[in-house]
Amino acid sequence: MSEHKPVEGRILTLPFMFLGVLGVIGLYFLGVRFADGLGAVANINSGYPWGVWVVYDVVIGTALACGGYALAFVIYVFNKGQYHPLIRPAILASLFGYALGGFGAFFDMGRYWQFYNILMPSNWNFNSVMLEVGLCVMAYILVLVIEFAPALLERMGATGALRWLNKVLFLIIALGLLLPTMHQSSLGSLLIIMGAKVHPLWQSLQLQPLLALLTALTMGFSIVIFEASFSAIGFKRRSETPLLASLGKVIIGLLAVYLVVRLAELVLRGKLGLAFAGDLAGNMFLLEMALFIFPLWVLLSPARRNSGRLLLFAAVSLLFAGALYRFNAFLIGYNPGPGYSYFPSVPELMVTVGIVAIEIMAYLVFVKKLPVLHSAEHA
Amino acid sequence: MNDERNFEQLEKRLGVSRRDFMKFCTGVAATMGLTTSEAMAMANAVASPKARPPVIWLHGQECTGCTESLLRSEHPTIETLILDLISLDYHETLAAAAGHQVEAAKQASMKANKGKYLLVIEGATPVKDGGIYCKIGGKTMLDHVKEAAEGAAAIVAIGSCASWGGIPSSGINPTEAKGAPAILTDKTVVTIPGCPPNPYNFLSTVLHFVTFGKLPALDHLNRPKFAYGRLIHENCERRPHFDAGRFALEFGDEGHQLGYCLYKLGCKGPETYANCPAIEFGDVGGGAWPVGVGHPCFGCTEQGIGFTKAIHELADVKTHAPPNAFPYVDDRQGTSNSTPGAAALVGGVIGAAVGATAMAARKLGKSEEAGDGDNRG
Amino acid sequence: MKRRDFLKATAGGATAALCGIGTAEARENKEPLENAIGILYDATLCVGCKACVRACKEINGLPPSIMGEDVQYDAARDVSGDTYNVIKVYKNGTSEQKDREVDGFSFAKKSCMHCVDPACVSACPVTALDKNPQTGIVQYNPDTCIGCRNCMVACPYNIPQYEYNDPRGQIQKCQFCNQAGVERISQGLLPGCAEVCPTGATLFGTRRELLEEAKRRLAAKPGEAYTYARGRASDGLHTHDKEAPEYRQHVYGERELGGTQVMHIAGVPLQKLGLPELPERSYASIAEGVQHTLYKGMIAPAIALAGLAFVVKRNTSKADQDDPQSKNSRRPEPNNDRGEP
Repeated sequence: MSEHKPVEGRILTLPFMFLGVLGVIGLYFLGVRFADGLGAVANINSGYPWGVWVVYDVVIGTALACGGYALAFVIYVFNKGQYHPLIRPAILASLFGYALGGFGAFFDMGRYWQFYNILMPSNWNFNSVMLEVGLCVMAYILVLVIEFAPALLERMGATGALRWLNKVLFLIIALGLLLPTMHQSSLGSLLIIMGAKVHPLWQSLQLQPLLALLTALTMGFSIVIFEASFSAIGFKRRSETPLLASLGKVIIGLLAVYLVVRLAELVLRGKLGLAFAGDLAGNMFLLEMALFIFPLWVLLSPARRNSGRLLLFAAVSLLFAGALYRFNAFLIGYNPGPGYSYFPSVPELMVTVGIVAIEIMAYLVFVKKLPVLHSAEHA
Repeated sequence: MNDERNFEQLEKRLGVSRRDFMKFCTGVAATMGLTTSEAMAMANAVASPKARPPVIWLHGQECTGCTESLLRSEHPTIETLILDLISLDYHETLAAAAGHQVEAAKQASMKANKGKYLLVIEGATPVKDGGIYCKIGGKTMLDHVKEAAEGAAAIVAIGSCASWGGIPSSGINPTEAKGAPAILTDKTVVTIPGCPPNPYNFLSTVLHFVTFGKLPALDHLNRPKFAYGRLIHENCERRPHFDAGRFALEFGDEGHQLGYCLYKLGCKGPETYANCPAIEFGDVGGGAWPVGVGHPCFGCTEQGIGFTKAIHELADVKTHAPPNAFPYVDDRQGTSNSTPGAAALVGGVIGAAVGATAMAARKLGKSEEAGDGDNRG
Repeated sequence: MKRRDFLKATAGGATAALCGIGTAEARENKEPLENAIGILYDATLCVGCKACVRACKEINGLPPSIMGEDVQYDAARDVSGDTYNVIKVYKNGTSEQKDREVDGFSFAKKSCMHCVDPACVSACPVTALDKNPQTGIVQYNPDTCIGCRNCMVACPYNIPQYEYNDPRGQIQKCQFCNQAGVERISQGLLPGCAEVCPTGATLFGTRRELLEEAKRRLAAKPGEAYTYARGRASDGLHTHDKEAPEYRQHVYGERELGGTQVMHIAGVPLQKLGLPELPERSYASIAEGVQHTLYKGMIAPAIALAGLAFVVKRNTSKADQDDPQSKNSRRPEPNNDRGEP
């Protein structure tokens, strides 16, 4: 009854088992973290309390999981139904991405056993950006579960529940649009309070939420292109390039606004010169900008946009750009003062790698067992 | 042997056992950081009567504390020794004669021993109004000092008053009291500051002079380095308490009873140079020196500190040892730098993502060429 | 909505946001509390005896930080989960003279500044850190803390410290010796560091009187005798006299990010003593301004949700009937997944 179908096929492929090994290594170090404390695994320290776990798993991980959000915006707000085939895998990827983010935040928490405290209204500090992020991300994970529920319900054949769900789904979808808008912007706002510790090239103060939101959206669209491209190859499905190319047009607008705001802020506050200082921060800024501008160059021309290869390059470039923007703001351009240094340890990185591996494994299982990907004959 | 006979005579003369005498000489040598053979040389010098130099001992503005401390040394032989070691031709307190008689004896000795006698000055010299505020035998101290210094082989200022003015010079200094070095600016005046100085420091200096015919190594204030080369604070028995941050906060409080550092009570140990922590005060023995008995160091040897700074005023802590006991401002705990493994891993992950993209793009390109017709327009 | 409209809307929003720099509803810096207590650290008085470090460890029950095999006594290099307060040194060249920038040295103290408008308090999602309404002490409650370490990231002085090597670690920071179980301020006692300081380099008092004292010291003529209080700024009894040094004309903590209750003065530039150069406007006020502009009373999100719900409802039901634009419109069953993602 649905246009979505399981891909079927073997689960235990060679890549799957390789990912499994990475996952086991990651889980082992995670065990060490819970047994001996954060310091036993991670290199985070007095000057750099947030390492790759927060910055990659939470800040970047959730931005990479904005596919469902970005696509839902196009489909439901701008009423572009033609993108509908892409939404269910995007929602699934978002769910896993956010689950990873939530889990990452949990095991990075120094006092995880008191995690419930953030749910107690008596504790809430409404001045805290972190509170907004925490509650909002949790709520959104719940929303994503509900949004994905039809896939499960279809598989189970629970038509009654499905019908009931469809009645209230509009509200859930609206929430699924609102919540990421809130917390993706707030993830940027987290930088404001860090003040002078964030390099001026990334400390845009009041503009932080807007810049974070815009890049989250571009990353969302890019991840949709990325996933669809990889699905097309991995599962030997029809390429959806034309559909994706038109998504690219949306990205142009977002990207243009982002670049204008970002550069205007730097120029107006007289910080642009720092980009050419020749130091690590300046060079990272230039690299980041190149990664933002290259996709714009690809997408502006219809010919380039319609090449699946270039489109994928553009998408990946944007993903790297968004990720680097966050890495730069939170880690590379974050300077707590002289004497402090941070570089993730191998175990710390292996936890992140392992968790991502598990995420991909779960995605593969779901896609193969549940009606997620759009059936090929829709064209 | 000749030496042996000398020692036998010495035993008789001083009424000390040879063993005690050798102990004394070794102790004096050790105070100055000299070797055993040099101690032997000193012992021989003392034992041979020919070496006794004549001494002229002047008293200016003083309390005779320096003399008293020398005479009341714990070791019963010392005052005998000092009197035996030197020929004390003039000393107001100890001279048997008095009045014009003793002044005449002084003049005679100075004339007879010109260029050979040792001049010891105790007490400050006032210079205001021509020095009229201190007169001996109708002559000002100023003149006495200048006159005696003319023919002296060496000049020693004993006590803080003679060294830099001491009590008479502190505060408003109504008589413009000065130390001997300020009067005898063209001569080397060895100073043995202290109020009173430990007699060992004086004796050791004199013995050194007698034995080797020259003065021991001196610092920039002409103080013998062996006695004034070290800061009290650096050698204090209470120093571990300072390092550990344990202070007596008030006299009689718990920290005071427990023997904590006396810095907060105004101890001047951190800016006072003297060997009190090693040889203690006044040769009394038994751990008896100000800091040892719970009183902050007064800084009596130091110009500008003793009699000048009030007890409750805090010393400037001039040196810190070990100097690296303090972390630098930028020192951090537990920071981490990249290891090759971690850096390789980061590179690998980025490389894998880029590689996968490149591979996917190639496949995508191929499938697009192959199935162009299939695609929706 | 057309793409052009979308772009227009986005661009419009961005322009509005750009214009919004500075005009967004922003709160002012918080004002110092009436009876805020504080500490004045005068680096020129500090003799580096570390009495404050020892007293702090003893009173707060902190273990010594032993640095390797060679140093078997407490030798903390910086604040950490084991150390709230540490005396550090600035050295230059030959380090000949105290309180001189070139070829000199100076001591420095690192401990919680107890900001007037603390970023850590603003950042903490669960109010585990808060500012005492009477004393202004920035206090910590481990029972609500979730360990997110946002306070550490937010603190401009890197003061709150998480115990990384404890599987059940918590945040550690100076609480003015007034945390539950210690409560020295409540009992009318001095904080440990100020009580034991032999020179009054760490001086306790109300922020107001300390600020006055600091300015008096800065105004004192170098070389002239100055009477320094010890323990409490108002203590006229336990004083000592000393020649006033040449102070830098800067009370660190008077204005930095809205001010701090622990203030520093020194004979060398305070930036050399590990105190960062900071603007007067607190980052907490900017962050909260942005946050409250967006979320005040949850009105804006509620309106947005209503709008979105309306649009989604309209779009999904229109598609359910028949939307020629939609590729999926030809699907027969109306109950199906137009609304289903």
